Amino acid sequence: MSKKYLSAIIFFSVLIIVELSFYAYLFLHNYNFLLLNPKGSVSTQQRDLLTFAALLASTIIIPVFLATFWIVWKYRSGNSQETPSSELHPRFKILWWALPSLIIMILAVTTWFAAHNLDPLKPISSSNKPLTIQVVALRWRWLFIYPEQKIATVNYVAFPTNAPVNFQLTADAPMNSFWIPQLGGQMYAMAGMQTQLHLMATSTGEFQGSAAEISGQGFAGMRFKALSSTQADFDTWVASVKNSSSTLSYKDYRKLASPSEDSKVVLYSSVEDNLFHQVMSQFVDAKK
Amino acid sequence: MKEFLFGNLTLAALPHQWFTIGGTISMMLGGLLTIVLLTYFKKWRWLWGWVTSTDPKKIGIMYIVVASLMFFRGGLDVGLIWLQQATSVGASHGILSADHLQQVFTAHGDIMVFFVTMGFLFGLINIIVPLQIGARDLAFPFLNTLGFWLYVAGAILINLFFVLGGDFAATGWLAIAPLSELQYSPGVGVDYWMWSLQISGLGTLLGGINFIVTILKMRAPGMTLMKMPLFTWTSLCSMFLVVSIFPILTVTMGLLFLDRYFGMHFFTTSFGGNAMMYTNLIWMWGHPEVYVLILPAFGVYSEIVSTFTRKKLFSYTSVVISAIAVTVLALSVWLHHFFTMGAGADVNAFFGIMTMLIAIPTGAQVLNWLSTMYKAKIRFSTPMLWFLGFIVTFTLGGVAGVMMAVPPIDFQVHNSLFLVAHFHTMIIGGALFGIFAGFTYWFPKVTGFKLNERLGRYAFWLWLIGFFVSFIPLYILGFLGATRRLDHYAASTGWQPFFIIAAVGLGIIILGALMQLTQIAVSFFQRKQNLDTTGDPWDGRTLEWATSSPPQHYNFAIIPKVSERDAFWEMKQKGLSKPTNYEDIVMPKNTPLGIYVAVFCFLIGFALVWHINWLAVVGIVGALFCVIWRTFDENTEEIIPASEVARLEAEREQNG
Amino acid sequence: MAEHHNSEKNIFGFWVYLMTDLIMFAVLFATYAVLRNQTFGGPGPKEIFNLPYVLVETLILLTSSFTVGLSLLAAHKNSKTQALVWLGVTFLLGVAFLTLEISEFRQLILEGHSFQSSAFLSSYFALVGTHGLHIFAGLVWMGILVYKILVSGLSQGSVRKLTLLSLFWHFLDLVWIFIFTIVYLMGVI
Repeated sequence: MSKKYLSAIIFFSVLIIVELSFYAYLFLHNYNFLLLNPKGSVSTQQRDLLTFAALLASTIIIPVFLATFWIVWKYRSGNSQETPSSELHPRFKILWWALPSLIIMILAVTTWFAAHNLDPLKPISSSNKPLTIQVVALRWRWLFIYPEQKIATVNYVAFPTNAPVNFQLTADAPMNSFWIPQLGGQMYAMAGMQTQLHLMATSTGEFQGSAAEISGQGFAGMRFKALSSTQADFDTWVASVKNSSSTLSYKDYRKLASPSEDSKVVLYSSVEDNLFHQVMSQFVDAKK
Repeated sequence: MKEFLFGNLTLAALPHQWFTIGGTISMMLGGLLTIVLLTYFKKWRWLWGWVTSTDPKKIGIMYIVVASLMFFRGGLDVGLIWLQQATSVGASHGILSADHLQQVFTAHGDIMVFFVTMGFLFGLINIIVPLQIGARDLAFPFLNTLGFWLYVAGAILINLFFVLGGDFAATGWLAIAPLSELQYSPGVGVDYWMWSLQISGLGTLLGGINFIVTILKMRAPGMTLMKMPLFTWTSLCSMFLVVSIFPILTVTMGLLFLDRYFGMHFFTTSFGGNAMMYTNLIWMWGHPEVYVLILPAFGVYSEIVSTFTRKKLFSYTSVVISAIAVTVLALSVWLHHFFTMGAGADVNAFFGIMTMLIAIPTGAQVLNWLSTMYKAKIRFSTPMLWFLGFIVTFTLGGVAGVMMAVPPIDFQVHNSLFLVAHFHTMIIGGALFGIFAGFTYWFPKVTGFKLNERLGRYAFWLWLIGFFVSFIPLYILGFLGATRRLDHYAASTGWQPFFIIAAVGLGIIILGALMQLTQIAVSFFQRKQNLDTTGDPWDGRTLEWATSSPPQHYNFAIIPKVSERDAFWEMKQKGLSKPTNYEDIVMPKNTPLGIYVAVFCFLIGFALVWHINWLAVVGIVGALFCVIWRTFDENTEEIIPASEVARLEAEREQNG
Repeated sequence: MAEHHNSEKNIFGFWVYLMTDLIMFAVLFATYAVLRNQTFGGPGPKEIFNLPYVLVETLILLTSSFTVGLSLLAAHKNSKTQALVWLGVTFLLGVAFLTLEISEFRQLILEGHSFQSSAFLSSYFALVGTHGLHIFAGLVWMGILVYKILVSGLSQGSVRKLTLLSLFWHFLDLVWIFIFTIVYLMGVI
């Protein structure tokens, strides 16, 4: 009886070890685990929080696992000498509530402060000048409007490193979710209203951005690139966009808002004033 | 005229894709074969006996059969999803179109939650709860058959587009607005979704009311609340959640229906509609729903642990308290499904902390189970293996869940495959393993013979290994930034190897499921060797083991008197006494009205999907008429005379 | 004994059902509260509700709740005629209430304030309409019960059904008082 189990358990453990070593191999070979490889101030704190929560949970999980295996092994029917009436001392009844409560209390306090510290609505304090970027989720592409620079882009967003970026989000489509894994996230974009997400890149580089919420047929292809560069490079980029040929009026926007899949990057040298608010107000009463 | 007769249903809507035509043909052939077989073996009367039955044991078996069929359908879906995601990298867009994949995963989620897990649980609860509390039937036998047939009507409606055309919702399993509004989903898919769930949800609600009254009002004399078996306790908690949340689902889908059918504005983007309200309402139902699934599974585990250790459960009171605590907390955590909506730090932190509080009673529960096993002689029959599998998976999934309860962590893993892996760990490792454990444990009670242990062990190991091979990659994919529901992704993401491993894992799980089928077949053919003649094959502790396997129609010839927890165990300690004289037993009669009402409700659903107004009217009038007809039937019970009971019991004695 | 036990189960089951119905109404009230100000430039509660008219509706429904109680009392005293008369009065009052409500809806739609005009109106029609549907169901039930009592007298079963019906009717009354206060009074004042 127990031999059979032993072989099954060994088989199972070997399998898990094989699988884990495969993952370790991938990890060591510079696989880009985006969430564990943050490039922004918010995402770094989120990663640290994740690690902390995982370690905290391990302090109870690992003993529970070891205890389970030990009990199962020691008290299997072929082995155990006990009479089934043996009981654990009643004081453990209280302890079994106290232990998880303790862990959860620590985590709850952490959560309260973390939720406030990392509130996406809260501006990031920095000596560098913050940048506002307005984001419209369409079917199925991302439109980025730079109200200060008066330029716009599709499926491509650039900003200076170490400058706080204030993303203002809305949608002219079903609800979507705006996410740049290496910088932090995620925030919903919804029609007729504005949500906010403050992020800041701490190193230069090109990052993946995605649409994390299903919004119809083409949402899987709704990915964008996020470029973090030095202030000088960013200024050069803005200047080059200003020299591109296309412009974006509300009429052009209406065309852009019609459904299309896997769209390319587009740059607009100028954009109609207040376009972002026009997009939002089309869902609100015209008479107001 | 044509529009009046058929609404929006046109020839063009009829099946014309390979998978729908295939579905139509196979269903027609299957139906034809069933009719031929039934006629050939002269089984129509036998079938009618089942269809009209008010016996919770028979209804329970039918729930489990339908849930198994739906499990097959949901499994086909998941096969398609994995194949698609393992192949649709870079320029290749895989085997399915985006729209088709979206329909497939929407159906997968709805079917697995509403028709598989719920179906299995209602099956187990129907069979076991009356036996555990020493009752002969449910409080409202008619509502029970009605509830079951409404569940079947919903199950047919969710598959109907294969046969009658149209498509299914491509919105994700909760059809979040405004994506599910007419503006963005003009087809009939969302309507099929809505009416399938609405009708089966009504059945669930009726079941919830029925079981609450049954458990609270029909327990054997002496069985106080704190002497109830734990499966009954957790079922009661689960049913309490059902009656608290299913009305919310009914209204939410009702309002979506008003939007889509009458052009009203609850969740639309314009005219003042508020789509965020939909997200709130659907999760007010959706989160507690998870606990509706998991609580009865907890009860199964409690029964199994104390049976296979031959010990009283360690700290019964605290296990009951933790079930109640989970029930109450479950109602106040729904917002953690959308921290990313931007509600602000105070609200997010509050709901995050409420969510992690659930880990306290759950953790205490796990520790109590382990304490029961401490210093015992544990028998490792298959139900116990499923329990151990559950401890390992569920604890891991729980840790992932507690992590996601921290809003800033959730911002990074929301809608990622990490989340998908988490809730599959909870539902497969928690609810489904519990169902399998309960199925194996109570199988001899229902059929009179035990399942083959060796094949059961193989099935267990295949499931457990398959589960880890399939879902560990999903946790990792989450860290790689992979979001859920993608029909294609770029090669540069490096996700493909993980998707392939996950697909291999699914293959192992499928082998496990096939092994379970083999196990049932082999056990059936070898049943002579595994017969359960005592009614108590595991040396059980609760009242369901006090009667024969399978039990008589009336469950107990004499209603047992209860004085302790683990009532049957106590009886065995004191020595069983043989009853000598019997009394007349009153039992509910069979009725076909349950299935009639369900047929009319099915017609209402179908008519409203296709805007065939006259048919909807016919359905409403018909259903009402049947219900009124039932109220005029004063003669719904029949009496089994004491002499007949004595004869049946003597016969049983002889065969046993 | 068996009948007594059945009766207890039925009444308890009916209470559980009423609880689920209450949750349904709670959701509809919440929906109304969220969408109340979403008039999309159209009229709000103040412009379209006629308080005296609704007050009449309210009084009619309150009276009917009283008369159904009288009917139940009479049934307990085993007085078939009285029970039937009061049940008949309740039925007529219910019909009067429903007629007034339907004509109020009709008036609103004729004035161009239909349930499609704004989220506020959608939620108003849904909430009040659901209550109206319940009243309608109650009337159907009442009709059947009257027929039953006429045919087979005040059997134990009929008295039990009358008890449940009066519970249902009081419940609808209670919901209406909330509707009257939250939708009409707080809307206009």
